[in-house]
Amino acid sequence: MTDVTAVRKAAGAAAPRDFHQARWDERVIFELTQEGERGVLPPSVDDAMAREVGPADRLVPRRMLRKEPPALPEMSQNRVLRHYVRLSQETLGADFNIDVGQGTCTMKYSPKVNDRLACLPGMADLHPLQDEDTVQGILGVMWRFEQILKALSGLDRFSLQPGAGSQAIYANAAIIRAYHASRGDADTRREIITTVFSHPSNAACAKTAGFDVITLHPDPDGYPDEGALKAAVSERTAGLMITNPEDTGIFNPRIREFVDAVHAVGGLAAYDQANANGILGITRAKEAGFDLCHFNLHKSFSTPHGCGGPAAGAVGATKDLARFLPAPLVEFDGKRYRLDYDRPESIGKVRSFHGVAPAILRAYAWVMNLGAAGLRTVAETAVLNNNYLMKKVLEIPGVAAPYAVGKRRIEQVRYSWESLYRETGVHSEDLGLRAADYGVHYWTSHHPWIVGEPCTLEPTESYSKADLDEYAAILRRVAEEARHDPEVVRTAPHRSTVHRNDPGPLDDPRRWAITWRAYRRKAREGLL
Amino acid sequence: MRRERSTVYPYIPNSVPAVREAMLREIGAKSVDDLYEDIPSRLRVRGLLDLPPPFPAEEDLRRHVEGLLARNVPASSVLSFLGAGCYPHAVPAVCDEVNGRGEFLTAYAGEPYDDHGRFQALFEYASLLGELLSMDVVNVPTYDGYQAAATGLRMACRVTRRREVLVSRAIAPDKLSKITDYCRPDIEVRLLRIDPGSGELDLGDLRKQVSSRTAAVYFENPSYLGTVEAQGQEVASVAHDRGALSVVGVDPISLGVLAPPADYGADIAVGDLQPLGMHMQFGGGQAGFIATRDDPAFVMEFPSRLFGITSTRVDGEYGFGDVAYGRTSFAAREGGKEWVGTAAALWGITAGVYLALLGPRGMRELGEGILQRSHYAAARLGRIQGVRAPALSGPFFQEFVVDYRGTGRSVKAVHRALRRRGIFGGLDLGPEFPEFSGCSLACVTEVHGRADIDRLVEAVREAVGS
Repeated sequence: MTDVTAVRKAAGAAAPRDFHQARWDERVIFELTQEGERGVLPPSVDDAMAREVGPADRLVPRRMLRKEPPALPEMSQNRVLRHYVRLSQETLGADFNIDVGQGTCTMKYSPKVNDRLACLPGMADLHPLQDEDTVQGILGVMWRFEQILKALSGLDRFSLQPGAGSQAIYANAAIIRAYHASRGDADTRREIITTVFSHPSNAACAKTAGFDVITLHPDPDGYPDEGALKAAVSERTAGLMITNPEDTGIFNPRIREFVDAVHAVGGLAAYDQANANGILGITRAKEAGFDLCHFNLHKSFSTPHGCGGPAAGAVGATKDLARFLPAPLVEFDGKRYRLDYDRPESIGKVRSFHGVAPAILRAYAWVMNLGAAGLRTVAETAVLNNNYLMKKVLEIPGVAAPYAVGKRRIEQVRYSWESLYRETGVHSEDLGLRAADYGVHYWTSHHPWIVGEPCTLEPTESYSKADLDEYAAILRRVAEEARHDPEVVRTAPHRSTVHRNDPGPLDDPRRWAITWRAYRRKAREGLL
Repeated sequence: MRRERSTVYPYIPNSVPAVREAMLREIGAKSVDDLYEDIPSRLRVRGLLDLPPPFPAEEDLRRHVEGLLARNVPASSVLSFLGAGCYPHAVPAVCDEVNGRGEFLTAYAGEPYDDHGRFQALFEYASLLGELLSMDVVNVPTYDGYQAAATGLRMACRVTRRREVLVSRAIAPDKLSKITDYCRPDIEVRLLRIDPGSGELDLGDLRKQVSSRTAAVYFENPSYLGTVEAQGQEVASVAHDRGALSVVGVDPISLGVLAPPADYGADIAVGDLQPLGMHMQFGGGQAGFIATRDDPAFVMEFPSRLFGITSTRVDGEYGFGDVAYGRTSFAAREGGKEWVGTAAALWGITAGVYLALLGPRGMRELGEGILQRSHYAAARLGRIQGVRAPALSGPFFQEFVVDYRGTGRSVKAVHRALRRRGIFGGLDLGPEFPEFSGCSLACVTEVHGRADIDRLVEAVREAVGS
C-alpha cells in the first residue's frame, strides 16, 4: 500500500493525489437477471373496469399483439438501484473532479439549488399543452430569460426552443436559408463560411441545411485569415457562421470587419457564442454587427451537462430576422404571458413543444443569483483562471500554446504537446488517459487537429487557485512520466475503472455490437 | 441591494479579492482588463448590463423562483387527460434517484475509462430498448422524437439514394413542421391520406403515391390520433416492393403488449423516450431514439453516437466505446452524417432504469392496464348523449378522439367547464385538424384509476348538459 502521508509530504500542497476510481466489476445488466424478480409494479386495474371492457388482448387485433415478451432482465428494485449507483460511481462527474480538461464545454459548477427548483411539481409536472393561464409561471421565466439574453447579446428576440447548442446552430442555418429564400435568392446563396476553429457543428449544420461549406484557416498568428475571408465572399455567400472567441481561446479582434465583409456581399452573420463564458457582459453580438447568435445554456449558464444532455440552446435574432425564429415565441402585454404561434415566416419547429424548460429555469435562476455585476465577475474570473492556468501549464517543459505567442487568451487555451511527443513518442491522448489515474478528465480536441498533439483546457470561474495548481501539477507529473517511464503512460489508465479498450471491434461491422443482443448473437456465431 | 465589485460569490472561489490580486501578480497583469487586450474598445460594453437586481442569498433566490412557479397549475394537482406527444405516466422513484445522482447529472464527455459507468449505462439503455424494439442497433438519444423522425427519414433517403418520403397525415402538425423543415434542402415530403372513419392509413392512397422515387413510408403506432395501425405489414410490403423503406414512429410504452415495428417489417423505428420514466417538465423530458437492424448500410448513416461493447487489456473485462466514430460530424465536420452534439443522454440512462424496473411482466401489465383503462373511458364517454367516443372506428391504445359535435357544445366550452371542475379534458383537435373540429384528443394511462375516469365522465355529462 502507498503511504499516503508520504505522498502528500513529498510533493507539497498541489501534488497529484493518491487516487483510484471506483471499480465494481459490474456485469452487464442482462447478466443480473433473476427469474421472477420485480422492480416496480404498475397500478392494477380495478376488477369492475376489467370486467366491463374484457381482457386487454381482445381490445386490439390479434396480429398487433406482441408474440414474445421482450427479453428484459427481471430484477428486484434494490438490485436495479445498486447496479446503477455503482455505474454512477464509475462516472467522473463534474461535481467531484477538477473538470477543466474538457475545453470548449464550459464545465462550470451547476448549483444544487437550481436542480431542486427544477424538480418541484410546478416545473416537473407541467404538460406543454396546458392552457396558457395555467402556465403563467414558466412562461414568465421564459420571457424574463429572453430579456436577459437580449441584454447579453444586444439582439432583439430569442427562441429558447433548441434542445442544445448544435440544434441552435442548425436553427441559425435554417434562418439564413429562409431569409435568402424570402428574397428569391435561395438558389444562388449557396455558401456558408466558417472557420476551422469554430465548433464542428457550424460546418455540419450548415451542410445539413443544404449549404456548401467554406472553411477558413488561421493566419500565422492564429487569427481567422481576413485575406482568405475577402477572397471567399461573393454573391454566392449566404452567411458567416463563426465562433468567437474561437476554440483556441483567441478572440478575433477583426470580427466586426469579418461581419462587414459578409454584409457587403449580401450575406448574414451568425455568432456562435458557445465560448461566451469569458465575455459575458464584456462584448456582444450587436456591437460586432451580427444578425443572429446562439448561446448554450448548459455551458455558459451552468445547467448540468447530464452525460450529454438534456441541455438547452437559445437562438437570437435582430428585429429584421425575428420573423424567421422557431414558433412559438413568448409575448407579454404587461399582465399576461402568451404563446405566439402566428408567425407565418417562421422556419417551423426545431424541437418539440417549448424547449427544455427545466434547463431554462435553471439558467434563469443562475443569472438571478448573480446579476449584472456577478456575470461580469464570472467572465473576468474565467479569464483570470485561464491565464493563470496557462502560465502554470506553460512552465511544464514540452508543452506550448501555439499562435499569438505571449498574448493573453480569453476563457480557454488550445495547447500542443508536439514537442513532448517528438521527445518521447507519447501522444496527447496517452497523457490524457494517464491524467485519469490522478482523478481528472482530460480531452484532446475537436478534429481536425490543426494544432499537433492538442489538448484544450477551460477552467471556467468555478475552480479555485488550489484546484488549478493541482491540475497543473498533474500535467507536470504526467509529462515527467512520459520522459522517464513512457510505458506507464502509453498503457494508462491503471487506476481508472477499466483498462484500455481493444478498439478493433468498434470499427469492424462483423464484430461491432451496439446492443447486448447483437453481442450475444455475434458471440454465438463465433465472430468475437 | 447594491453589491460592490469586491463581492465574494459562492459559485466563484477566486472572487476573493486577495486571491485575485495574487493571481494577477502571478501572471504579470495589473488588472483583469489587461486580459481583454484583444477586444477592441469599440466592441466593449461600457459599465454593467441592465439586468434585474439579483438574489445573492440562496434562500432569497429559492423564494423568488418558487414564487414564479407558484403561478403554474401542475397537471399533478388536477386530473389531466392531456397527451399528444407528452404523456402522464408514473415515474418510479428509482428513475429520479439515478438521474439525480451528481455523478451522472454533471458528467459530460469523459473517456471510456474515467466515464466507464456512463458508457455502460448508455450501452445498456440501447440494449434494453433494443429488446423492446427487437432491433440490434439503437443510438445514444437525440433531442426528441421529432428529431428522431426527421433524421430517420433522412437516413432512409441516404440508404436508398432517393429523395421523396411519404408521411401519414395522422401525425402531430408540429412534428410534420419539423420534418418538412429538416427535409427542405433536397427531399420532398408528401402526405398520405388516412381513412376519416377509422383513422387508419389509406392503403389505396399509398399504392397510388408510392413509386420508384420513394425513399420511405412513415407512419406512427399508435398514430397522433391514437389509432393502432394494424396494416403495418401491408405498408411495409408496398414500400419494399418499390425499393422503399418502412419507417415507423412508435410509443415505446406500448411495446409490452403491442407488436414491435420490426415484427411488421419496419426498417427503421423511431420515437420518444419521455414515457419511459421522464416527468413531463413542460416538454423538457423528451428524448429521441432511432433503431435499425445491424446492417452497415444503415449503421453508417446514423448521425448519432453509437456505443459498442469490446474487450480490454485485462482478460474478461468489458470495455465500451464509440462505434464507427468516423461517420460523425465530431470526426469529419461537414463530411459527417448530419451533425451530432449534446442532446438528451441522461434521459436514455433513465429509460434504461425504467425498463429494468418494469421488466417483461411489468411492461406487459402496464400496456394491458392502459388498454383497459382507455377503453373503459372511451366506452363510458360514448354513452353520454351526443358524445361519440371513440370517434374513430380503428383500434386504439391510450389516446382516442372524442367527438362533441352532437352535443351542440364547442370543445372550448366543454374544456372550460371541465377546468372549473379541476380537469384538463384533453387537446382540442380543431386548430390542428380542421376535419376534426369539434373533437378532442383524450389520453388515459395507468395513472388514471376508475374513480378518476368516472369523475371525467360525470364532468363531461354535466358540461354537455345531458
